[in-house]
Amino acid sequence: MTEIAHELPLPMQRPPATSTGILGWLRANLFNSVFNTVLSLIAVYFLAVTIPPLIRWAFIDAVWDAANGQACRGPGGQEVGACWAFIGEKLRFILFGRFPYTEQWRPLLVVVLFIALVLASCDRRMWGRRLLLLWPAGLVLIGILMWGGVFGLRYVGTEYWSGLPLTLILAIIGMVYAFPFAILLALGRRSQLPAVRMVSVAYIELVRGVPLITVLFMASVMLPLFLPAGVTIDKLLRAQVAFILFAAAYLSEVIRGGLQAIPKGQIEAADALGLGYWRRTRLIVLPQALTMVIPPLVNNFIGAFKNTSLVLIIGLFDLLNTANAALTDPNWQGFAAEAYIFTAAIYFCFCFFMSRYSQMLERTFDRGHRR
Amino acid sequence: MSNAAEAMPGKAPVQSGARAMIEMQAVHKWYGEFHVLKDINLIVGRGEKVVVCGPSGSGKSTMIRCINRLEEHQQGRIIVSGIELTSDLKHIEAIRREVGMVFQQFNLFPHLTVLENLTLAPIWVRKLPKKEAEETARYYLERVRIPEQADKYPGQLSGGQQQRVAIARSLCMKPEIMLFDEPTSALDPEMIKEVLDVMIELAQEGMTMVCVTHEMGFARTVGDMMVFMDRGEIVERAPPAEFFANPKSERTRLFLSQILAH
Amino acid sequence: MASETAAIVVRPSRPAPWRDPRLRGIALQVVFVAVIAAIIGFLAYNTTVNLRRQNIATGFGFLDREAAFGIGESLIAYSPADTYARAFLVGLANTLYVSAIGIVLATILGTVMGLARLSRNWLVAKLAAIYVETFRNIPLALQLLFWWALLREVAPGPRQAWQPLPGVFVSNRGILLPVPHQDPAYLWMAVAFAIAFGIAYAVFRWARRRQAETGRQFPAGWVGLALALGLPLIVFVAHGMPLEMEWPVLRGFNFAGGTAFSPEFGALLIGLVVYTGTFIAEIVRAGILAVSWGQSEAAMALGLRPGQRMRLVVLPQALRVIIPPMTSEYLSLTKNSSLAVIIGYPDLVSIANTTMNQTGQAVEGIAMIMAVYLVISLLISLFMNLYNRSVALVER
Ligand SMILES: Nc1ncnc2c1ncn2[C@@H]1O[C@H](COP(=O)(O)OP(=O)(O)OP(=O)(O)O)[C@@H](O)[C@H]1O
Ligand SMILES: [Mg+2]
Repeated sequence: MTEIAHELPLPMQRPPATSTGILGWLRANLFNSVFNTVLSLIAVYFLAVTIPPLIRWAFIDAVWDAANGQACRGPGGQEVGACWAFIGEKLRFILFGRFPYTEQWRPLLVVVLFIALVLASCDRRMWGRRLLLLWPAGLVLIGILMWGGVFGLRYVGTEYWSGLPLTLILAIIGMVYAFPFAILLALGRRSQLPAVRMVSVAYIELVRGVPLITVLFMASVMLPLFLPAGVTIDKLLRAQVAFILFAAAYLSEVIRGGLQAIPKGQIEAADALGLGYWRRTRLIVLPQALTMVIPPLVNNFIGAFKNTSLVLIIGLFDLLNTANAALTDPNWQGFAAEAYIFTAAIYFCFCFFMSRYSQMLERTFDRGHRR
Repeated sequence: MSNAAEAMPGKAPVQSGARAMIEMQAVHKWYGEFHVLKDINLIVGRGEKVVVCGPSGSGKSTMIRCINRLEEHQQGRIIVSGIELTSDLKHIEAIRREVGMVFQQFNLFPHLTVLENLTLAPIWVRKLPKKEAEETARYYLERVRIPEQADKYPGQLSGGQQQRVAIARSLCMKPEIMLFDEPTSALDPEMIKEVLDVMIELAQEGMTMVCVTHEMGFARTVGDMMVFMDRGEIVERAPPAEFFANPKSERTRLFLSQILAH
Repeated sequence: MASETAAIVVRPSRPAPWRDPRLRGIALQVVFVAVIAAIIGFLAYNTTVNLRRQNIATGFGFLDREAAFGIGESLIAYSPADTYARAFLVGLANTLYVSAIGIVLATILGTVMGLARLSRNWLVAKLAAIYVETFRNIPLALQLLFWWALLREVAPGPRQAWQPLPGVFVSNRGILLPVPHQDPAYLWMAVAFAIAFGIAYAVFRWARRRQAETGRQFPAGWVGLALALGLPLIVFVAHGMPLEMEWPVLRGFNFAGGTAFSPEFGALLIGLVVYTGTFIAEIVRAGILAVSWGQSEAAMALGLRPGQRMRLVVLPQALRVIIPPMTSEYLSLTKNSSLAVIIGYPDLVSIANTTMNQTGQAVEGIAMIMAVYLVISLLISLFMNLYNRSVALVER
């Protein structure tokens, strides 16, 4: 009655040809149903209509070298292809803006330093004390390079800081300072003391409820009113303060998420050890809460980075605004698309890298949870 | 290689006279390049209980899921209740109406109450009046011994209760065949029995069942036929008594010694 | 305080007051509030001194004065002779207008792209992924400037206007669409549409009841759609099909007729929709992925059709995950519409900005903007809480 099919395992066979190879792939991924076939055809049509003209504009008909805007255009004064010569001409202005031309190696170095610092912070092996030493050292160096006035470097006031370094300063310094403030806000929101809790909630909700622009306006027009007569702070610092105040409210909500996710047992264990509130928070609660929220923190940072572009409203020359300013050159009129695409590419590189990084972290963290 | 599909019907006494409810003939399936099902031949007669076992990754779930087209086979034929499974949506719908399935993870709909879980398919697929569907649902809840939970949400029930609701949900469609894919392996030991009791009762009423499980006690009690799978093929099939007492294949023996060791 | 002292007397084992956590808490709060109050007081004092020194008026009296500046686009009647209050109202209306259209369009675009990213069609999924990754990683301000430049500079003059669809003109003066001529038929069509809704609702109720009694399904959705389209169509035909449209036509150097969107409005709308659409796409995608595949399998195994599976099982669960972040995305779109000030679309913030520059009353101007946005935020989070309470999954 028993049936034995085979004593030895059956050999593996290759799948039928219809399901492998290019044809199999096409069938499985593009034409596996009527609906999908229609979708594929629409998509192909869309690509056929958009891609060739774009490639023609950006590469084939593009002008890579020209003395001025006129030379970039076709015979009829009409632009035929992209005028990348414009970007070549304005490259240093877009990147470093009004920083003295001969000194522009300094902001370049600052950009490199910032990137190095961020990359170093992305490496998980560096997390901990080493970063806490690296960052202050890096920031001091950046300050020296930007301001100068020592070691024989020419002094350059903040009104000349512009372009990419300014964007990076606003974003990174903003985050660095917003972070401790955000931690305090998050702790305040979860405090047992009603007065502290209420003030924290009011601050967080107020700031999160209004657009960044209003905070920037406040910093630029209201801050001078707030200060005693005679005291002035420069524009960059005002914008920086606005950023810190704004970013802290959003950051604190992310951190609060981490605080909420900490199991109660951890806090009870700390209490059992007789640690006071501050030591418990510093040694047990925060380290766990912060590691848990690193991916959303990175996302938050991306948001802050993009938000720096709003400072053009209060007249600072960040990367976007230097691109804007480059467009006003009477010799090079009407190349807005080129300028904005180039600037967008720079923003994109930074943001895309960070978002990939946060996705990678999320995956590794997820695995940690499952194990 | 013997063609089991042709040889089978005469051989199995349970099936003589009974219409084959499930017929798998030389079924092959691949995941990409990976050959998961190799030449599967299986016939399940009306009222027959088939218990499928085998090591993890041997393709048990894949095989059972081919029967109601949760997975698509690429070669061979599968005929369920006289209807052949092709890519024809009409056939697939017809077969799914006749075949109930119970999953390891219950898969109850968390946004619906227990009663709504039970009446959803009868109303939308069988087109029963709501009142009638609810009556049927209450009847089956009674049968799985949780009539009082009708208005709760799945999230409020224990694992064993959820799995019994899942069984009742399938039964509400009045299926001719029930497929079980490791229905008790996500449950705590004390809940396994309550689910198995329901399944045994169901078996004793003559339901056609294909059951992937490692509950060997259950297999001995109700099984008509044991099917042992390994590396994507059916290695051995035999009535439970013979299967346990006297396994023919070396691979079966190895497997049995492993699961019966403790 | 009296009861505190009493408590100490009653229980001799109480710690000294400076070690008692409760007293310490109270003391801490008093100090905290005092410090905050001192800071606020200091700032307020400085502000009043500074305002007096600079001869800037305070209070909202300026709202009744003549604004004396023009506004390019307005939904309500406005002229420079109107008051600041009315100018604010124009700004508020513009903000709400662009936000409302933006929210609808971003939801459509985002949902389509989110679903496309989940498609089994490789090409479609990749295209959607490229859209999302590109536009979410570029600052909105930059995108606005880009679209604005595209519409203003790259787009040709009215004489060579692009015509993507017949009757639709894109030129550096903006986007022009044809509008139908005024005709009483349209009013009656709207009435018919409303009536169709009423009937559809009744049919829906009846279908439900009949289903409960006999089990027979009735395609109420399709009938409703047919009614909503059919009734107005019948009215349309009955009125002799007044198809006359007011086409935008070139007159001299500009267009006349039709309805026009300025490049500013166009750029703001496109920017907001394209940018927010990427976030909505991700929310939709995450929401659908959050419904486990097992749910779909269970629905399939029960014999539900793909449409039913989506409508009865997947969507109701996905929506619970989708709606909360979606509302905060709506809120952020509304807040982001304030970037209009960059390209000069007269929204609330840019009108407040002009007002502040003219009157110098920055405190009042900013207070008004903040109040408006706070009210919108509060309304949206109120809605959110109600919704969350009504759909929260019941767990053990
Ligand atoms: N969607 C899939 N894509 C690729 N491979 C798959 C997929 N599903 C299953 N497999 C592989 O097919 C093989 C058979 O899987 P199957 O789930 O049928 O095993 P099983 O016998 O049910 O195992 P278990 O007892 O662990 O449930 C496994 O090796 C598995 O890794
Ligand atoms: Mg399995």
